[in-house]
Amino acid sequence: MSELIKLHNVSLKAADMVEEGRVHKALYSDPAIFEQELDKVFNHTWVFIGHESEVPEAGSYKTAWVGRQPVILSRDRKMNLHVLQNRCRHRGATVCEGRKGKTKSFTCPYHGWGYALDGELRALPKPEEYEGVLDKAELPLMRLRHESYRGMVFATFRDDIEPLESFLGGAKKWIDLFMKQGGGYPVKVLGEHRFNFPGNWKIQLENTTDAYHFPIIHKSFVSSLDDATADIFDFLHGDGFVEDLGNGHSVMVMIPELIDLEADLDQPIPERFSELAVALREEGRSEEEVKRLVRAAHGTGFNLNLFPNVSCSMAFFRVLRPVSVNETEIQHVALGGEGAPLPFNRKRMRLHEHFQGPMGFGTPDDGEAWERVQKGSLAGTDGWILVNRGMGKLRQSADGNVAGAVCSETGMRGAYRQYKKMMAAAEE
Amino acid sequence: MTSNTELLNKVAEFIWYEADLLDHKEYQDWLGLWSAAGLYIVPTDIHETDYLNTLNLALDDADMRRMRVARLESGESVSADAAGNTVRMVSRIRLLEAGEELVIARCAMTLNELRHGKLITYPADMEYHLLPVEGGFRIERKVVRLLHAEGFLRTVSFIF
Ligand code: FES
Ligand SMILES: [Fe+2]
Repeated sequence: MSELIKLHNVSLKAADMVEEGRVHKALYSDPAIFEQELDKVFNHTWVFIGHESEVPEAGSYKTAWVGRQPVILSRDRKMNLHVLQNRCRHRGATVCEGRKGKTKSFTCPYHGWGYALDGELRALPKPEEYEGVLDKAELPLMRLRHESYRGMVFATFRDDIEPLESFLGGAKKWIDLFMKQGGGYPVKVLGEHRFNFPGNWKIQLENTTDAYHFPIIHKSFVSSLDDATADIFDFLHGDGFVEDLGNGHSVMVMIPELIDLEADLDQPIPERFSELAVALREEGRSEEEVKRLVRAAHGTGFNLNLFPNVSCSMAFFRVLRPVSVNETEIQHVALGGEGAPLPFNRKRMRLHEHFQGPMGFGTPDDGEAWERVQKGSLAGTDGWILVNRGMGKLRQSADGNVAGAVCSETGMRGAYRQYKKMMAAAEE
Repeated sequence: MTSNTELLNKVAEFIWYEADLLDHKEYQDWLGLWSAAGLYIVPTDIHETDYLNTLNLALDDADMRRMRVARLESGESVSADAAGNTVRMVSRIRLLEAGEELVIARCAMTLNELRHGKLITYPADMEYHLLPVEGGFRIERKVVRLLHAEGFLRTVSFIF
């Protein structure tokens, strides 16, 4: 553990450890800073909880986290969504376990208090002893404020921060583009991979806007592709770019031809999608639909990084959760189309399995690199992490944002600027 | 339960042989154990059986198996090069089906991996669909149901 920054000083220092172009390495390993991040960042902003398609019906629920705090996303009988703290109001047990499912209510296993899907406390065993002691109406599961954009559900503990849409700002345009990969069908979650790595969450936050690493660390993945596809992934010399979208968000466009999946539908069908095209034609799909689905099957050519915990990453959501200063959990959420032809959704899952997750051809190499960053960052008593790549070649994008080359560290600087702002906020 | 010791022995011998190949990273020989249509499957949900229509940790046909092995042997993957050794135990083998054309066996497996000096354990329930051939079997299907498949796994740079 770095001894450079004495723990009693950190409340003043975390924000000062972020400069434009470099951040102090202690930000990866100082436990006191980590505790502050949970409060000042994760408890004070919009945090991604899940996608509406994960709770499709009345009674559907999924469990999630805001930072370290367990929450439930549920859908009640009137189809309204709720984000509830997963903490029984009696003596604190979680009322819901497991990833997702369907239920009529949440019953605490300890003494049997029963909560409705909207969190209301409905019933409890042997109520006589509570006569004159408690009022059920005052003890619902605590609700979090939540708002959705294009099916993405975010929650926050703060009632006084700006609405989600204004927080997303310039990122909304890119979310709209991202959601075109349902191929004419609403985007739907098909499943997810979960893995962890022994390192700080900000290492992963940086990575989703890091094109520089791709051809190096993912060489073995690129080698497993056919030549035409490998060409598509050879994007460092192309016209891609990174644009700072404000509020810590950024977009990294690696493959400009795949920004808009509803444009250029007349392209010939690439080899790796020829089997999909055949299967779709055999189902009697029109040539127009085949072309649209094949193009959507690629996924988008960009990573949209949303501060602090989710990335719309080409074809999937990458969700991070800080567990401790040197442990981070990650979900890679596979996406397809609701009601889309089975061969399309199958192909999307097979592509996801190819690169993503603990057994993919890409993720393990990312994980190895991040583990090395955590380990290496402990060397020396002082030192900085550089995020200054491309700083001398910035320009203005068509939308009026700061932009740099595809392999610049423009997005990381944007995220750290937001981090610095939040960490500098006064103690409450 | 009727005993079929001779077949059970043959199946055990085959599964242990496969386990030995994998622990010793003799991946090319391992590729030869498969039927052309064989599937290597590691599901994300241990109760799921519709593998094609759900997301798996791995669902490898012959091409994907070949590419998985190529990646592990390529020297291009930093995680594969950093992978330590594995030692797996396979036991509790039971024959679920003992046909002329298809033998189905279920067994328990514990794989231990030494990774960056740390010992990591993967307990799993495995199911084999084996096609009897001259002198042994070909693998038609191998399903590895990791006990903690639903949890947050460490990344895997070997073959279960
Ligand atoms: S802790 Fe939930 S009913 Fe007692
Ligand atoms: Fe990567």
